[in-house]
Amino acid sequence: MDDFIQYTINALTLGSVYALIALGYSLVYGILKLLNFAHGDVFMVGAYIGFGMLNLLGGATSPVVPVWLLLTIMVATAMAGCAVIGVAIERFAYRPLRDAPRIAPLISALGVSFFLTYSMQLLFGAEQRDYNAFSLDNGVLFLKGFDIGNVRVPLLRIVIISSAFVLMISLWLLVNRTRTGKAMRATSFDREAAAMMGIDIDRVIRFAFVLGSALAGAAGVMFALRAPASVTIGFVAGLKGFTAAVIGGIGSIPGAMVGGLMLGFAESFTQGYVSTRWSDLAVFTILILFMLFLPQSLFGRADISKV
Amino acid sequence: MTDAERPTPNVPDSLTEPAGPAVGQDEWVARHAERRLLRGGRLGAVEERLRAAPWWAWLTVFVCLAALLPVGFSSGYVRRVAFDTVLYMLLALGLNVVVGWGGLLDLGYIAFYGLGAYCYALLSSNQFDVHLPTVATVPIVVVVGAVAGWLIGLPSWRLSGDYLAIVTLFFFQIFIVVVTNGDHLFGHNVTGGSNGIGGVDANVRPFNLFGHDLPVAHSGSFNVAYLYVVLAFFAVVFVLLRFVNESRIGRAWRSLREDPLAAELMGMPVNWLKLLAFSFGAAVAALSGTIFAALNAGVFPTTFAFPLLITVYTMVILGGSGSQAGVIVGAIVVNVLLELLRDAGNARYVFYALIVLALFGVYRLSVRLAVVLGGTIALGFVVHGIASAIAKSNVDGPANGENWLIDGLRHWVIVPRDLGPWKQITYVALIGVILLLTLVRGWWRVALLVPTLYLAAFVWENVMLTAPEATRFIILGAILVSVMIARPSGILGERRVEIV
Repeated sequence: MDDFIQYTINALTLGSVYALIALGYSLVYGILKLLNFAHGDVFMVGAYIGFGMLNLLGGATSPVVPVWLLLTIMVATAMAGCAVIGVAIERFAYRPLRDAPRIAPLISALGVSFFLTYSMQLLFGAEQRDYNAFSLDNGVLFLKGFDIGNVRVPLLRIVIISSAFVLMISLWLLVNRTRTGKAMRATSFDREAAAMMGIDIDRVIRFAFVLGSALAGAAGVMFALRAPASVTIGFVAGLKGFTAAVIGGIGSIPGAMVGGLMLGFAESFTQGYVSTRWSDLAVFTILILFMLFLPQSLFGRADISKV
Repeated sequence: MTDAERPTPNVPDSLTEPAGPAVGQDEWVARHAERRLLRGGRLGAVEERLRAAPWWAWLTVFVCLAALLPVGFSSGYVRRVAFDTVLYMLLALGLNVVVGWGGLLDLGYIAFYGLGAYCYALLSSNQFDVHLPTVATVPIVVVVGAVAGWLIGLPSWRLSGDYLAIVTLFFFQIFIVVVTNGDHLFGHNVTGGSNGIGGVDANVRPFNLFGHDLPVAHSGSFNVAYLYVVLAFFAVVFVLLRFVNESRIGRAWRSLREDPLAAELMGMPVNWLKLLAFSFGAAVAALSGTIFAALNAGVFPTTFAFPLLITVYTMVILGGSGSQAGVIVGAIVVNVLLELLRDAGNARYVFYALIVLALFGVYRLSVRLAVVLGGTIALGFVVHGIASAIAKSNVDGPANGENWLIDGLRHWVIVPRDLGPWKQITYVALIGVILLLTLVRGWWRVALLVPTLYLAAFVWENVMLTAPEATRFIILGAILVSVMIARPSGILGERRVEIV
């Protein structure tokens, strides 16, 4: 039972990170029908921006600001920085190819992903980096919390999960309750028709990249708070994030949340109950089966191709 | 009635050479063809003559040149690089079938290469003490590869485009996971885990063709026989694939690539065509894997990773996907470039030479070229002068090696002893100005180019030369993006590749 609770907490943390990544894929894929391969690397850059802020503010052992402010600043700067990167990627790597055959932006995205990974390796080295999150607030974030049975639920986990959910809900409100959100939904439904209705398509697409990349940046900081990060985390996390988006239905915000959590549970429980060596195998097999047999997935609509 | 007797229809010339794009021809290709027709003079005539040469003439010339390379170069290193390049060509040929002809984005391609290498290693090593003769191993591995390609291609029945790409990428990840953890496969050590399989027959019972043993090392250095083996394999595969491409299957692939829906409605067995493309590609990759495993006398999981996939993709895309000649050019350009970048001395020459060449290519011999070159050189000396007047110890120039280029650079580019945060700042700034450059035109671009070039030289000397491994991959990524944007058909590609 204790194990089960422990794995559930891990699954919720991991799942909310995947869900945040999935939302970025979902937003961009919904509007551009483009698999933004570089999204996982934007997530990785977010983790590094958080690291930079942490260092700038004195490191985890002796921060110059209170810990809640430190965490907020880290997340905020990562979101802002990633948003800038996302907009730049869209402007320079995808926009010239918007009307090209579909393979072109996909290969361009592969190139961007590769470029980002190795640029970060060039600038910060290939070794793993640790936020040293346990030292934050003298470990209070880990020692405090509440108990379920014999399992301690650290405060930091709760902060991560709840802030991820706050971000997701605010995104949902933004898309469903505002004018810009309406424009986004219209564009994803039919780009040409939306353009004819006077919606500025470029602006909508840029905004989708801003939102998606900012969420990825936040996810990067959250990911690095729970485990050491290196420049290669973006690749696999990106893959899983994309599949979470597919499981939940591309373009659907609650779907991405559910997909991310499902993936988090699948990974955490195979790691816990089966074996850590083969957990990736299990996750990837589930993903392939899902893609093959339920590509429209839980919340999406089936795509009917017209001639 | 033979072809010669058949009466030629009397058609005016203007109709046999259409002005616009022909049926099934890309508009870009049509415009390119028109431009070519306009090019006159002696150069134009030579170009026409070269273009008229049949493909097998080109292939013969290429194979002969490659075969003569060991005569001119006795160094084991150069021969080894030549071997690697031809091996890359072979790999890229296979990828070209799937991506260039079939129009299917296969991101699991390297898994087949790894599969071939691992199969060879299992069938001729001490791992299970199996030592099959090479004439048996190679066909077995090729068949295994083709079958694996067939199976991995099955999802293409249901998925297309991005989804197919990501599913093949998952298969690739599964391959890596299985191979890396294969030392505990149901209690058996099959793949040697992260240590790989080291004891592949190298000198006792090595690769053997027509009764001749080919030990991997010949008096301590690379055995040049392997260059000939891979070259022969390359030529055979090239010709075979050429024939396939000119057959019904090849034409069907092209129609599948251009429009799968239309192809299906015309009664083409679309699903089988996809599987065929996958298994042809996989068989070629597996074949390349056997040679790789044989020469390296071992296989390790880290070899078959994502960077290798990107490298092969860059070769195909840069050379021009869909074009077999493009594959040769792409592999040569990319692999030679990557090899040159290994060594800081060579990399320095390559960098400045490429910059000057690119400027010539863009501006020809014009005032703008003079302004850019002169301005950059002058700016460098001014900046260097100011910096050395302020802090002498921080501008001592690249100190490694002695040649004219380094002597010149020493007075031009600043090389601080301790870069500190300027490493990150200047690199990000460089990316920023390069992106900005693509937005401005005319004299603004010339004006911006001057500081950009100096900044590029600074970053190159101080940041990128210190980490050649990362630099190589950064350049690959940049090539992929810029080729896609500037010239999607690559160097020799005849048409854009479309994936639906």
